[in-house]
Amino acid sequence: MADLKPIVLGGADERDLTKLAEYEAIGGYTTLAKARRALPQAIVEELLTSGLRGRGGAFFATGRKWSFIPKPDQNPNPHYLVVNADESEPGSFKDHEILARVPHRFIEGCLITAHAVEARHIFVYVRGEYLGPFEVLRDALEEIRERTDILGDATIIVHRGAGAYICGEETALLESLEGKRGQPRSKPPFPAISGLYASPTVVNNVETLATVPPILQMGGEKYAQLGVENSTGTRVVSLSGNLERGGNYEVAHGITLRELIYDVGGGIPGGRQLKAVIPGGSSTVILAADEIDVSYDYDSLAQVGTAMGSAGVIAIDDRCCMVQLGIRVSEFYEHESCGKCTPCREGTRWMTQMLRKLEAGEATETELDLLLDVCDRINGKCLCPLGETAAMAVASYVDKFRAEFIAHLEGGCPFGSDSPLDAVLAPVAQHTHSPVAVVPA
Amino acid sequence: MSSLHEEIQGVRAQYPDPASATLPALRLAQERYGWLSPEVFREVAEALEETPAFCMSVASFYDMFHLKPVGRHLVEVCTNVSCALRGAQQVLEAFEEELNVKAGETSEDGFATVRTVECLGGCGWATIVALDHRYRMNVQPGDVSAIVEELQANG
Repeated sequence: MADLKPIVLGGADERDLTKLAEYEAIGGYTTLAKARRALPQAIVEELLTSGLRGRGGAFFATGRKWSFIPKPDQNPNPHYLVVNADESEPGSFKDHEILARVPHRFIEGCLITAHAVEARHIFVYVRGEYLGPFEVLRDALEEIRERTDILGDATIIVHRGAGAYICGEETALLESLEGKRGQPRSKPPFPAISGLYASPTVVNNVETLATVPPILQMGGEKYAQLGVENSTGTRVVSLSGNLERGGNYEVAHGITLRELIYDVGGGIPGGRQLKAVIPGGSSTVILAADEIDVSYDYDSLAQVGTAMGSAGVIAIDDRCCMVQLGIRVSEFYEHESCGKCTPCREGTRWMTQMLRKLEAGEATETELDLLLDVCDRINGKCLCPLGETAAMAVASYVDKFRAEFIAHLEGGCPFGSDSPLDAVLAPVAQHTHSPVAVVPA
Repeated sequence: MSSLHEEIQGVRAQYPDPASATLPALRLAQERYGWLSPEVFREVAEALEETPAFCMSVASFYDMFHLKPVGRHLVEVCTNVSCALRGAQQVLEAFEEELNVKAGETSEDGFATVRTVECLGGCGWATIVALDHRYRMNVQPGDVSAIVEELQANG
């Protein structure tokens, strides 16, 4: 078994850290008290030293992000800390576990961060479906409601989403938090300058914030010794798909993908073979089974043309048809496209149509070319990455498994119902695109 | 019991800008009435000092708001990649058969609405089924009849 390094989830196996008393028994909230005695700039410096990069998917240096917040004399508007707890990336469920098991560590991270960026108002945008984690967080906040030594002058509002993947994109999240449809904004201006209510706003992921207290506790330098260069520290990796032991595992960056799948995840069940791995949630470029001897860190995955994304590793076994995988992934993005940018709204629908023709054996090479052409016409032409990641992911299935796509041109799907992804009903197929309600008089 | 109007005013007061209360207000309304009818949109809009059309434009963006009546119970099966790789489609079909309803529809007696949903964020514990928003993990087709009996016992 490869080394697990619980830091964010540390102590949660031994104690019920959802309880304030248990968290305080292991020194909880003492780091916050210490941090409040330090200048905000000193906290930012410590984070820069730690090398912590955002765990939501973009992997942007956390300390740098905080340093973009203008000083009160540069911009008199209040500062806001907005937490992105809208975890919706297929394959990723780490924030679910963090909120449900170490809510106080997360809250402590929020309060330290609020001090560092001089914000008084904290908003936690939790995806609407996460009822369980929401309740745990609500109860944890209730426990500290009277504790002014913990809360200080900060207010924390938990804001629940209502079912929209795109609200994980930070500007869409802000739109949604302002009570609107969750459609991304044009950037710049970035949220640090003009975010929530057009005020300076830091948007951070749940895991990022839950990592802040341990970093300050052990010191940025020591944290930076964990993991590898440019990808310091640990990562809560979500393992799913055809694995013996799916679940969340906190490991130091630099473990190999092979170790994650075979040692941590227990390998492929049923005596079957690994066919492919989606390394960072469905938005990332797929890897074939012979490409998994790669270190799980930002630079190493970039070198093989893919990304860690939100650290959702999906193992796919040899029963699975890659065209069917393309359909299911494409249907997801088609359903979740907010509709604002034409290339994404229309392109994802076209992708699904071409893939369905391929699967049905009704396609010629023209359709395969058209599929790749549509992907190309989405890339780089939208306000946010949703359509682009759909296009890059699906194009990578064609790239890595071209022979299988070609085989579909000659008489349809060679896998058929042997593949677990055969004829899966996606939500997009349940909807009509016409209005579904009567217009109020 | 306080009125919907009062509840919404309470939520509006929590935010620096009361416009942020749109989603919470729509959720409160849906919890009260089951779905968002044209009449409900008018009531919410009045409380939010917005137009019914604005409220509907927001609600129609989000999957969790119902613009049509739904059954007394809501069965949502995740069929995204990780769940599908572990047999989510068979779990869905078991619910369809057990409840005599097609996915996306409500059973004739109004007992349950069954639908597929996108990734619920429980991929390592596939298949995930949300029963009236509570997650069931590691659901297999063989578990479905017992789950349905449980729902029926709850009325």
